[in-house]
Amino acid sequence: MIWNPEVECMPIEERKKLQTRRLQETVWRCYTHVPAYRKKMQDAGITPDDIRSVDDLKLLPFTTRDDLRDSYPFGMFAVPMEDVVRIHSSSGTTGKPKVVGYTRKDVDTWSELMARTISCGGAGKHDIIQNAYGYGLFTGGLGIHYGAEKIGATVVPISGGNTKRQIMIMQDFGSTMIACTPSYALFIAEVAEEEGVDIQKLPLKFGIFGAEPWTDNMRKEIERRLQIRATDIYGLSEVMGPGVASECEAQDGLHVFDDHFVPEIIDPITLEPVAPGTPGELVFTSLTKEAFPILRYRTRDLSVLNTAQCTCGRTHARMGRITGRTDDMLIIRGVNVYPSQIESVLLEAEGVAPHYLIVVNRVDSLDNLEVWVEVSDQVFTDEVKGLESLSRKIAASIETVLGISVTVKLVEPRTIERSEGKAKRVVDNRPKV
Amino acid sequence: MKVKQLSIFLENQSGRLAEVMGSLGKEGVNIRALSLADTSGFGILRLILNDIQKGRAVLKEQGFTVSETDVIAVEIPDKPGGLANVLSVLAGKSINIEYMYAFVEKSQENAVVIFRVEDIDNAISALQSGGVQILEAEQVYSL
Repeated sequence: MIWNPEVECMPIEERKKLQTRRLQETVWRCYTHVPAYRKKMQDAGITPDDIRSVDDLKLLPFTTRDDLRDSYPFGMFAVPMEDVVRIHSSSGTTGKPKVVGYTRKDVDTWSELMARTISCGGAGKHDIIQNAYGYGLFTGGLGIHYGAEKIGATVVPISGGNTKRQIMIMQDFGSTMIACTPSYALFIAEVAEEEGVDIQKLPLKFGIFGAEPWTDNMRKEIERRLQIRATDIYGLSEVMGPGVASECEAQDGLHVFDDHFVPEIIDPITLEPVAPGTPGELVFTSLTKEAFPILRYRTRDLSVLNTAQCTCGRTHARMGRITGRTDDMLIIRGVNVYPSQIESVLLEAEGVAPHYLIVVNRVDSLDNLEVWVEVSDQVFTDEVKGLESLSRKIAASIETVLGISVTVKLVEPRTIERSEGKAKRVVDNRPKV
Repeated sequence: MKVKQLSIFLENQSGRLAEVMGSLGKEGVNIRALSLADTSGFGILRLILNDIQKGRAVLKEQGFTVSETDVIAVEIPDKPGGLANVLSVLAGKSINIEYMYAFVEKSQENAVVIFRVEDIDNAISALQSGGVQILEAEQVYSL
């Protein structure tokens, strides 16, 4: 079902006009209200008047996660705080999160886009949507929630975790759609099998999955084990949250809601736009956001754009599944993790050697983050309780920064490979996307 | 009164203990007493050596994490109840034992118990006033 056919199936030329008008408004808003954007444009020698069409987007400077960090917390908001009705954030590079804000109109826009996303995933007003994304500063939970209410579905705001209760609710309430990370969906299936619950016999029909990269094989497995249609959704808090792009029933790329966000693909080295159909780094510009407009945000996600018309009738450009990152960010159970965050914790911990290794495994469908730390003479005590309290203390500090649990493994000196150049800090044993 | 013990951090992986012993053996360092504390993730090897300085240098050379710890060596009659007497002396003064290990002397009818306590000076005076035989460091190294 198409939630808003008039917009989603709009002729491409007409949408381009809409994009141009909205882009001009956004650029003016940034120039006028956000000093950081004005300075960037001045440094680049352009003014908002230089943006005569959406094709002039390439004249604008990029925005990076460092810009967001430098403006922490509210420095890039384009409205006074009295107009901001909601704050969300995601983890940043050095412990400080990336903070984003929403006006009431932004929340309405977001709800509309999530209504489109949920409709893309197959659900409508008669459905019961079990929302197992985390509620809180993370955009996943409330994003899905508002969209589900917008289409008039019944939303079960169960949030993440407590898998046995998820399964009980799924059985008792007869949930017809599940929203969570794809790895958590598989984990639910595994626990259901262990508990002797025949999950395939339940009313569940649809799943919308995002917040981490996943493969087509994983989709097939989720669809087979849960007997549902599994839809890939995409978003990031810097741009909006979920609701930036979504697959339709064709499962052939994710429709970018490009009446609200213009996607570009650039070469991550030369930073030039690539030829159509060439893979590269995804860049987004918001067109309608008031509180936190964003110009040419470098997502670091690798994808490809397809502008051919989809069989579903939507005319939105489609982005391919995310195939990787241009930086060292890891996504662990849907949470963004930068090795530098872990490094900063270790550097603060007294006497711990700066040599560490991050090992990511997938155990029973769930990501497991292990941090290996070398035991130096300074921290070595010959009592077991001393070493155990050391590893517990490091784990607790890392958990405070990342918001997810980690296992700290103490290893002998020189266990971790030294390197002349860039040290190898991450061993990711999860199946490749 | 205080005996120097060498402690070595070991990961739980096959062959590590053999490497420690091999290195010490090659350099002629002899082990007087030994204990191994193990957890699910790592182990701590505790050694009393005839030449701790040399043993330490050899293992550092091999890249092991080592530390020196002061412990107490106590000689007790090798008969039932011998250890209980020593422990009750320490318990009477509320002295906590972090860990301990024991071995039987080859030449005599005595056993030697190694104690690691939080407050070693208090423990020594408690044992002395309790009439417990504490061994001098040199005696232990040359056992």
